[in-house]
Amino acid sequence: MIPKSGNRLSDKIMRPQDAMSLAGAPSQPQEYLRSLSRWHPLEIAFWLATLLPFFLFPTYLSLASQIAVAALFALSLDIILGYAGIVSLGHAAFFGIGAYAAGLFSKFVWGEPFSGLLIAAAMAALIGYLTSFIIARFRHLTLIMITLGLGLLLAEAANSAGWLTGGSDGLQGVKIWPVFGYFKFDLYGTTAYGYSLAVLFLVFLAVRRLIHSPFGLSLRGIRENWTRMPAVGADSRAHIRKAYTIAAAIAGIAGAVIAQTTQTVSLEALSFERSADVLVMLVLGGAGRLYGGLVGAIIFMVARDQFSGIAPQYWYFGIGILLILVVMLLPNGILGGLAKLTARWSRK
Amino acid sequence: MSEANAPALSTRGLAMSFGSLVVAKDIDLSLPKGVRYALIGPNGAGKTTLINLMTGMLKPNAGQIFLGGEDITALEPQERVRRGLARTFQINSLFPGLTALEAVTLAVCERRGSSGEFWSKLSSQSEAIDEAHEILLRLRLGDSCYQPTRELPYGRQRLLEIALALATRPKVLLLDEPAAGVPQEESGDIFEAVADLSQDITLLFIEHDMHVVFRFASHIIVLVGGMVFAQGSPAEIAADPRVREVYLGKRKHG
Ligand SMILES: Nc1ncnc2c1ncn2[C@@H]1O[C@H](COP(=O)(O)OP(=O)(O)OP(=O)(O)O)[C@@H](O)[C@H]1O
Ligand SMILES: [Mg+2]
Repeated sequence: MIPKSGNRLSDKIMRPQDAMSLAGAPSQPQEYLRSLSRWHPLEIAFWLATLLPFFLFPTYLSLASQIAVAALFALSLDIILGYAGIVSLGHAAFFGIGAYAAGLFSKFVWGEPFSGLLIAAAMAALIGYLTSFIIARFRHLTLIMITLGLGLLLAEAANSAGWLTGGSDGLQGVKIWPVFGYFKFDLYGTTAYGYSLAVLFLVFLAVRRLIHSPFGLSLRGIRENWTRMPAVGADSRAHIRKAYTIAAAIAGIAGAVIAQTTQTVSLEALSFERSADVLVMLVLGGAGRLYGGLVGAIIFMVARDQFSGIAPQYWYFGIGILLILVVMLLPNGILGGLAKLTARWSRK
Repeated sequence: MSEANAPALSTRGLAMSFGSLVVAKDIDLSLPKGVRYALIGPNGAGKTTLINLMTGMLKPNAGQIFLGGEDITALEPQERVRRGLARTFQINSLFPGLTALEAVTLAVCERRGSSGEFWSKLSSQSEAIDEAHEILLRLRLGDSCYQPTRELPYGRQRLLEIALALATRPKVLLLDEPAAGVPQEESGDIFEAVADLSQDITLLFIEHDMHVVFRFASHIIVLVGGMVFAQGSPAEIAADPRVREVYLGKRKHG
């Protein structure tokens, strides 16, 4: 216990609001921390806006569904990169594991979608947990190379195991039952988008809660100052293992959704491009912000779709320029830049 | 050595070198409970290294470290912290993007074992938050607690270093130049805060200012070239001609 001897100091600066905590009501510091996790009107607006494609762009619902999946995938990367500061170039490994797990589950067991999601999440979490023991031991370049290596390894393994995965032909025979036995996955993508969006939103709620939990605070501590953590008694490696496992599970769910909504799985789900793309989306939108991956995924996917209509061969040229501009001008991504702008605005 | 009357912290034959540079040699120390030690010595004497060895941030080439009679030599730094051995850093090592309240709450949650909870709300950890706030008030950081650490004035950051260490509820607290880089008129505030700490906490602080050392320490250890050169009460150290020669004397001329 800290002795009472210092009370003399605190009395001087204790404001009346602080003393109120004695009455049992939440103290001012508790109120402050609660206010940080409160829903902002813009957040509500954002989620309402995600319903607009149903009405405004009914012919683009397949794209909207892919965007929701990309956003979910970017959200999972944000947990380890944006909040715990772990750079991964092989995150598609878990996306692919989830996609193949869900696809194979529907092929060999049954096609009920939600149980497929759970299986996919569990498989990805298991592999994530096992590899996290390696991940948690390294930082920086070593870590980038390890994640890259693990990703390539898995992609090659899936390629070789053609009897199981279908190899470069893709996994055939994925049959997903209607959601709740009623909503069929149709050609227009109405069910696909509704399903992807619902999964994204539910997982987002869970991640939002995680970020505002004591564990979320410790992850931010790891990102802010990795070396100080042991000196406050923290076992950073245990935290990283946990974060990595959770991120893997969410990436697995994202992969499962793509497998279920498109009713096929290709090797592309495990590819290096997918790992790189998700990193780009997150950095564009703003890592370490709950909505960074979401906004990044929207911009990236819409831009790619538009580009492919005009000059698909120049897509990486365009995204390269955009990426360079963003990291040079807005080191905290587009959302970081917006936040800075509004902060300046409100100060005036 | 029985647990009850064992020294709060002790070392036996501690040795360490960086290549050919010997930074610790045969260090045998024993800090009784509740005593306030100053660790002094010229630049490069190995003072910070000694704290790094005690806290496990460096592994010694030889020797052992005991906390309350328990051999902690093989323990990881965070395990030592959880057993009650905390430190601060000569060069600020804080969490720039966290507010002072968040940073101290983080440390309190780590101690209470709630830092792994990802399903509970931080804001409902009322005891941890209030404890963190109380620590900040005690160090007169009450009106800075909602500010990001990177925006705090330097002197307040030095106090936050101490606040983070206190959040671990240390039995032994090692302060590495707590007022380093702080203008003289503010360094008094920092040492007042240190002096106000519980008498139950065994304290060892590194400090170059002899006025401060003689004012706040009940015991002094002089480290020179990685070796314990002398130790004793402030009066004994002040009267020791050898110490005057290698350390105090140099100060006078410099
Ligand atoms: N990681 C390291 N690798 C190599 N040499 C080191 C390392 N850390 C410290 N040293 C050297 O060891 C010696 C002791 O350093 P230490 O930081 O312990 O000194 P100090 O007594 O704390 O000095 P100061 O009063 O300047 O803080 C110095 O010569 C320093 O240059
Ligand atoms: Mg030093």
